Amino acid sequence: MLLILLAVLILHLIILVLLFVSTIANAWTVGGTKNTDLWYSCLTTNVGYHCSSASNEDWIQAVQALMVLSVLFCLFSLVFFMCQLFTLVKGGRFFFTAVFQILASLFVMCGAIIYTVMRPDGEKDAAFGFAYILAWVSFPLCLPPLTAMCE
Amino acid sequence: MLTILALASVILLGIVPQQSEAIVIYTGWERHALVGSDIRLSCSFFSWRWTSDDVTFSWSYRADGARDSISVFHYTGGSPYVDNKGPFRDRLEFVGNPGRRDGSILLKNLDYGDNGTFTCDAKNPPDIVGRASSVRLLVFEKVPIQAGVITGAIIGAVLGLLVLVVVIYYLMRFLVARRVFNLSVSKHGKKGKGKEGSQQRQ
Repeated sequence: MLLILLAVLILHLIILVLLFVSTIANAWTVGGTKNTDLWYSCLTTNVGYHCSSASNEDWIQAVQALMVLSVLFCLFSLVFFMCQLFTLVKGGRFFFTAVFQILASLFVMCGAIIYTVMRPDGEKDAAFGFAYILAWVSFPLCLPPLTAMCE
Repeated sequence: MLTILALASVILLGIVPQQSEAIVIYTGWERHALVGSDIRLSCSFFSWRWTSDDVTFSWSYRADGARDSISVFHYTGGSPYVDNKGPFRDRLEFVGNPGRRDGSILLKNLDYGDNGTFTCDAKNPPDIVGRASSVRLLVFEKVPIQAGVITGAIIGAVLGLLVLVVVIYYLMRFLVARRVFNLSVSKHGKKGKGKEGSQQRQ
């Protein structure tokens, strides 16, 4: 039992770190000298590294909001987990932890889907960056702890 | 004292209508519109006289940077005459109601060249003394959404919803607990009374 709880805690922390990196790192689209999204659009020229704000379109702002919300909800889930670890009676369920974790994974999924669909293509050698991949990776990672907690 | 007041009020009443027989025309001050859209420029007037059948509305336009203005619309004798030669040909439409003192026009398919000042002049015979009123038209392209507005709105909405759900949950729990408490109190009360009654009988 203790081992399972420890595994769940470690998984929680891993997911949190992945979400943080995915939200903060500016590498959702990379290609050659340019890396764009989620917050800045940066270009490496022979004189230096120049950044400007990412485009102000509604879909990018929605993806930003969803990623930030997923990080927040994962944090809440972790806090609830720690609380319920010490206050839960025997045979109780980690209800709130599971709910918040489900919501966090839902938000990450929505954000990643919106970004995938709305990204303007047609730019030569523009590929998905590691932050985008991390977002997709963290979405199914939420599921095993949920099943462990719901038992 | 009273007679002086009465005299003063009579004099004022005598003076004021003379000045207020001037017609007062109302248009907007400034209008903003997007390229390609339509805009309605409103013009109405206030007059102490009834609206006569010979009421006239006249719109003229002075482009930004131009020195003189051209006439683009005239309503007289019960019929409107729109611009059919100038910059607004086929783009101007009369949407006002002269019977209700409304002389508004509709400009369609705006372009950057339509930036300028539109002046409305209305006359309600015999009330013809008045000052024309001008409205400035500004045409601009799509205004981009500011950074972070939608982001903040979504985050705020979801967190607000979360707080609301938590508050409702705790309220429900509190209400249910109170109802359970009231029920148990009434039950204990009945039991206590029953015990007392049996004790008294004994």
